[in-house]
Amino acid sequence: MSGTVNEMNSPDSFNPSEKPATAIPTLAQTATQRKAISASSVLERIRQTHPRSSRMPDAAFAVLIVLTAISVFAIVAFVLWELVDKSKLSLHQFGLAFFYGHDWDPVNGDFGAMPFIYGTLVSSALALFIAVPLSIGVAVYVTEMCPIRLRAIISFLVELLAAIPSVIYGLWGIFVLAPLLREYVEPFLAKSLGWTGFFGGPMYGIGMLAAGIILSIMVVPIIASITREVLTAVPQSQREAVLALGATRWEMIRMGVLRNARIGILGGIILGLGRALGETMAVTMVIGNRPEVSKSLFAPGYTMASAIANQFTEATGDLYLSALVEIGLALFLVTLIVNALARLLVWSITGGRAGRARA
Amino acid sequence: MLKQPGDASAQKLSPWRRAINLAATWFAIGAAVLVIVPLLAIFVYLLIKGAGSVNLAFLTQTPKPPGELGGGMANSIVGTGIILAVASIVGVPLGIGCGIYLAEYGRGRFGDLVRFTADVLNGVPSIVIGIAVYSLIVLREKHFSAFSGGVALGIMMIPTIARATEEMLLMVPNVVREAALGLGIPKWRTTLSISLRTASAGVITGCMLAFARVAGETAPLLFTAFGNQFWSLKLNQPMAALSLQVFTYAISPYDDWHRQAWAGALILIVLIVAAVGAVRIVTSRGMLKGAS
Repeated sequence: MSGTVNEMNSPDSFNPSEKPATAIPTLAQTATQRKAISASSVLERIRQTHPRSSRMPDAAFAVLIVLTAISVFAIVAFVLWELVDKSKLSLHQFGLAFFYGHDWDPVNGDFGAMPFIYGTLVSSALALFIAVPLSIGVAVYVTEMCPIRLRAIISFLVELLAAIPSVIYGLWGIFVLAPLLREYVEPFLAKSLGWTGFFGGPMYGIGMLAAGIILSIMVVPIIASITREVLTAVPQSQREAVLALGATRWEMIRMGVLRNARIGILGGIILGLGRALGETMAVTMVIGNRPEVSKSLFAPGYTMASAIANQFTEATGDLYLSALVEIGLALFLVTLIVNALARLLVWSITGGRAGRARA
Repeated sequence: MLKQPGDASAQKLSPWRRAINLAATWFAIGAAVLVIVPLLAIFVYLLIKGAGSVNLAFLTQTPKPPGELGGGMANSIVGTGIILAVASIVGVPLGIGCGIYLAEYGRGRFGDLVRFTADVLNGVPSIVIGIAVYSLIVLREKHFSAFSGGVALGIMMIPTIARATEEMLLMVPNVVREAALGLGIPKWRTTLSISLRTASAGVITGCMLAFARVAGETAPLLFTAFGNQFWSLKLNQPMAALSLQVFTYAISPYDDWHRQAWAGALILIVLIVAAVGAVRIVTSRGMLKGAS
């Protein structure tokens, strides 16, 4: 390798008498040409062809690149700062009571975010309840079972699911899913599972159940793609070893694959949770937007994100706006923690470079 | 498809294990079908309900007042284009720069930190970014603007582009860099003209994915670009966007607006699918695969 460098460097079109530079080569050169440096003639040549002046652009470029990297920090820090700054009023006024207060009464200036927090948690939990088995099923099917030809097609379709904008999910939810739920699914659930208390009351179609289902469709591609990556990372020898012991295919998947990949899958699920918690438009369109805590999943609810979406531009008065920003702050912190946790889990499996969600 | 891997010993399997195996197989197939069905359903409905409403008037007129039939989304289509252009101007250079840092400079702890922050930024709910940009630009300027909407979307593009650029640059063989540096080309030039150029197909893929992701975003535009029922090409004024218009029309009580919401959604999805499809073609032809 160093020979090639040497040869490519040797044409005397570079003017060797330009500068008898005593300069040390830049960091990059020392890093990549360590071998070349051992040959002193090559080192001399590099010094001659790299006069001091040509390192200025390099330094400038490095500074520019580092600045863009820092800008990512700056953005996250700035978002946090703005949220804290703008929600100060509400933070001082209500303190922790903000998070367990049941009343959301803009007219009297009384703000408690409990109904929104409840709505966010329940709709996200419902979404995960539906999405987790489905996504793991899809990922297992794609990596372990399906014919090679189908593999790319199914992965592509699942990826496409992630590319549909949430407002289109919402549109579909209002005009297709909600009537379907109202006419068929909810009467059936009320009849068969009504005794649990979760499926009762008037059936609007629009409500917590619709939000959970829409969210689950949106979360599946995230969990499925991460699970697929983690499953692919399980060494083939693990599968062969379990099969050699006489396991059936399912036993092989359970003992040889899923058990090895469980931490990564958990990371994917948490990442999906992060998406579900922060999802705004689709949920806003199908959840019904009523700030109430109701046991029945048929009842309309309200989430933190949809509260901001619906009320932010209409918020009159500083306290009202501040309360909404505080909801945003809570949402930011929760998703921050959830995502950090998920990343750490996924990274521990795939080693930092892979494990990228296309969300 | 249901063939046992250990076919020879399949005869000796206990019925219980065989049943479980079969059930697991069918569960996985069922899951795949159940995931694909909503996708197909959404596309079928978009085509059925949307295609009938996309006509010349829809593509060339601005919205009519509530209750009046007709009108179109011409201003929204143009507005989406302008906002996305601003977003790309903000997001693409920052994203690629960050990716270059991660691949070529940031090997140490700070690099890991940047990588981590980018991933965290990727997970920040879009509505929260909307609030932040609202307080940065809209509050200071005292009015909603297309520019602020573009900035919000641009911020959302950065992490996707950064990670894609990093991955692609890391795939460029080190020999290529060494050869360039050996020829006496300075590092900045090597990075831009050699490494980045070699990785360009993948980097473009990343940019397009980010573009497709933010093209349909609505939440961050609610209190930045705000939407507009009239023609406006000014960056410092509220501007219409397809996603906002679809949202407004979908939750309205008018049938004609519902019809137009489907049409707008169809246009939006055609734009996005075209972008993703183009990405597929580029990556399957490009020298560097692995973006998918």
